[in-house]
Amino acid sequence: MDVFSDPTNRDVYVTGFLWILKLTAASSVFALVIGTALAAMRVSPVPVLRAFGTAWVNIFRNTPLTLIIFFCYFGLYSTLGFTASDNLELNNYWLGVIGLSVYTAAFVCEAIRSGINTVPAGQAEAARAIGMTFRQTLTMIVLPQAGRAVIAPLGSIFIALSKNATIVGTIGLAESSNAMKDLINSNGNAVFQIFFVFAGTFAVVLIPTGYGFGWLANRLAVKR
Amino acid sequence: MSTDAVLYDHPGPRARARNRILTVAFGVLLLALLFWIYRKFEEKGQWAATLWEPFTKSSTWTDYIWPGFKNTLAAAAVAMVLSLVFGVLFAVGRLSDHWWLRVPSGVVVEFFRAVPLLLLMFFIFFGIPFVTEKPMPNFWAVVIALTLYNGSVLAEAFRAGVRAVPIGQSEAAYAIGMRKGQVMGQILIPQAARAMLPVIVSQLVVLVKDTALGYIISYNELLQLGVNNLAANFGNVIQAAIVAAIIYIAINATLTAVAGWLARRTRRSGRAPRATTTGPAVLTGAGGEPGAGA
Repeated sequence: MDVFSDPTNRDVYVTGFLWILKLTAASSVFALVIGTALAAMRVSPVPVLRAFGTAWVNIFRNTPLTLIIFFCYFGLYSTLGFTASDNLELNNYWLGVIGLSVYTAAFVCEAIRSGINTVPAGQAEAARAIGMTFRQTLTMIVLPQAGRAVIAPLGSIFIALSKNATIVGTIGLAESSNAMKDLINSNGNAVFQIFFVFAGTFAVVLIPTGYGFGWLANRLAVKR
Repeated sequence: MSTDAVLYDHPGPRARARNRILTVAFGVLLLALLFWIYRKFEEKGQWAATLWEPFTKSSTWTDYIWPGFKNTLAAAAVAMVLSLVFGVLFAVGRLSDHWWLRVPSGVVVEFFRAVPLLLLMFFIFFGIPFVTEKPMPNFWAVVIALTLYNGSVLAEAFRAGVRAVPIGQSEAAYAIGMRKGQVMGQILIPQAARAMLPVIVSQLVVLVKDTALGYIISYNELLQLGVNNLAANFGNVIQAAIVAAIIYIAINATLTAVAGWLARRTRRSGRAPRATTTGPAVLTGAGGEPGAGA
């Protein structure tokens, strides 16, 4: 009767969430790095860099993630022959990481840019007045203050990222939503139990994480 | 702070030279990347006319792309209306004075915001039929899942909006003898809805994008018909994906522009209360341009 007392089923559940964890971990690092670089480009004095950042944000923020992941698999891998690993499962994993990172970076960029906008103009003006260059002004004065202002939005981006990781299931990775689908199809008498275990796991992890980011944001907020 | 003017000085001769070098260097890099993509396409024969030709035939548009586009918009429109209703009901529920209304509303909103949309959609599409013993139409699986998630996000937005209405408004309403329901329905909600209009439109962008998940449960939307089925017939996945992406970007860029216009309009008249939310909706464009110069 109890679906999760069967070790095979428990295995499916654990594997599913391990994939979500691995996808979230790798993609959040890449997204943060790319997103910060894009934000720096979008406020830089060089028009080509600004245009590149703007184009990236407008393209990837407005395209459905499902389409991006679909493209990573059928376009990048099947048609253009791009492979990240010889292991089929790991290859799908890395294709998923590419899609998630590219998509999430656009949101990270916009969050950091709006964080830059919360820094009073006087800060950058003072930095320039003592002779700092653009790079010094950005990395030593503006970004540290902006970073503290964007903790809450970045938190919700990373929470969304961990939920979006389920979409990589489209290209055949046995992550938690596919795991739930398989368990439901083989245990039709316990659909509610299965759903509440899977959904509950997300809720139990993500709701406190959200409050945690809120608390951190308050604690680190720049007092003005 | 208007970033483009403040972060760096007006470039002198040396800065101009440096910027020019950077422009050329990055431009060359970018062109090299584009050329590499071009060569890669050529290597795999992706420029072949047969792969692009289908988009010049009207049957491609009338049989695949247009029906998919219509189904995408239909799911998005129905889900939007339903999630607005859901959002208002649960926002009011969460602001209620009665704990037996406030607590369950809070639990529902927090739960559906934390559960991945795909998990919800799978449960509705594959799980519910086991209970009701009737197949679930995939249109409704998409719409119900979208409504529960986006409705919960909008509920939080409305709640933030209602709380941002100056306290004097509800005090004045109580003073002239209005009841709790009247204060909420006639004073607070209309003002909150107006302040939250940009957020609501931004959420619509999220909703349009999320209809693409319907592809996974084979709902015939744009990704299913316009990319998957079209490519199955003509073998042009990349080309079809590019066309579909352009359509999505066009819809969403228009909606984002509307959100931005609404935000500027609300701000200029200065009558609506300023409100911010903590939901993910803040990220979509509207909040991107604080009006420091205005």
